[in-house]
Amino acid sequence: MTDQSPLIPRNREMHPVPYYPDYKTSVARSPSLPLISMESTPSEETGPRFGHNKLGALDNNLILNWTKGAAPAVGERVLMHGRVLDENNRPVPNTLIEIWQANAGGRYRHIKDTYFAPLDPNFGGCGRTITDENGRYEFLTIRPGAYPWPNRGNEWRPMHIHISVFGHAFGQRLITQMYFEGDPLIDRCPIAATIRERSQLDRLVAPLDMASARPMDFLAYKFDIVLRGRRQTMFENKMEGM
Amino acid sequence: MVQKLDTLIESPSQTAGPYVHIGTVPTYAGLGGIYEQEIGDSPIADGAKGEVITITGTVADATGWVLRDAMFETWQPDAAGKFAGDAGADPAVSGWSRVCADPESGEWTLKTVKPGSTTLRDGRVQAPHISVWLVARGINIGLQTRIYFEDEDNSADPLLNRIEQRPRVDTLIAKRTGDGEYRFDIRIAGPQETVFLDI
Ligand SMILES: [Fe+2]
Repeated sequence: MTDQSPLIPRNREMHPVPYYPDYKTSVARSPSLPLISMESTPSEETGPRFGHNKLGALDNNLILNWTKGAAPAVGERVLMHGRVLDENNRPVPNTLIEIWQANAGGRYRHIKDTYFAPLDPNFGGCGRTITDENGRYEFLTIRPGAYPWPNRGNEWRPMHIHISVFGHAFGQRLITQMYFEGDPLIDRCPIAATIRERSQLDRLVAPLDMASARPMDFLAYKFDIVLRGRRQTMFENKMEGM
Repeated sequence: MVQKLDTLIESPSQTAGPYVHIGTVPTYAGLGGIYEQEIGDSPIADGAKGEVITITGTVADATGWVLRDAMFETWQPDAAGKFAGDAGADPAVSGWSRVCADPESGEWTLKTVKPGSTTLRDGRVQAPHISVWLVARGINIGLQTRIYFEDEDNSADPLLNRIEQRPRVDTLIAKRTGDGEYRFDIRIAGPQETVFLDI
């Protein structure tokens, strides 16, 4: 049976601020009036589920999925792996994770990306997988390159992988980014800086994980993701007259 | 030192960025074929019970400029108010979809069935609505909102009744423009800013 208790309200102190002038696009794309807060309802406590039948065998292998296994992508081979947990410290099993990223030169395969670093004919740039019963997931990919973008005069994104996670409730929906340990561009990035608490930003920086690296094959980075949890108390108050 | 809590804190969000389509709707980004089956095309399959409706709209920024890169997800119950996974839910309603703005005009369209009403655990009834989660470049944490319907009784809806400035309720209500056709424009900020939610 699925747990349909109310979701724990979001702690927005830990999240990025919506309006952050150094990230110029956020200025016109952030609400100026307060959000309406309310206890979660069935609309947020339920959510879509995805079965393994939708997925192909190479969907979580970005080194091979673009060419259907014919030729590997260029770049530093990396295993990205970790667990999806909720705020109750329980694994989130059978949930869909999608990732997307630039190639080793920092170029995205997208109609809108015109950076002159070349496309890699053997690299698409997206992958997806479903967590196992312990909430574990893994992707094999290449380390994405840093890339320049129009913002302030000379702006570069640190190496990063975009991640989308579903959980089991629409109110748990989350998109975030994974950064790589030791990248000096993290401290210069206004998008990373939208998270005002350094200790929170550090939670998005994946450590090098030599215990999971495979000799002569790939390095590994560990990245755990925490989704909203559910209130566990049993006492419920009813509205007057209900 | 006080006792240590066993709980964790949600991972911080980051913007989906300009290339969100690569990871979520690869065909739109020009990566068609990378997956055998893309997800999110439609919240309904053939034979879904209830009134099939089409909602059209735009997403605009604080200056009124319509976003060409907006992407949002929708989640709703079937015509009887049951969500996919509930006992007795309509098997032809997945209830979930991804909607992309047209890269030229910025206009989007959602074809679905009109959802039924749902009941809260305290017994209050929510008017029919579709939940929306909007992401794009410049949006640092996904924006939640809802699409209600002009031709439904929204007077007792618990969420709509929490909105103090009554004219703002209008920003959550799709206007009927024809038989089974509705209009719903989202304004992230500026005049007639849409009500966004923290639920
Ligand atoms: Fe990016």
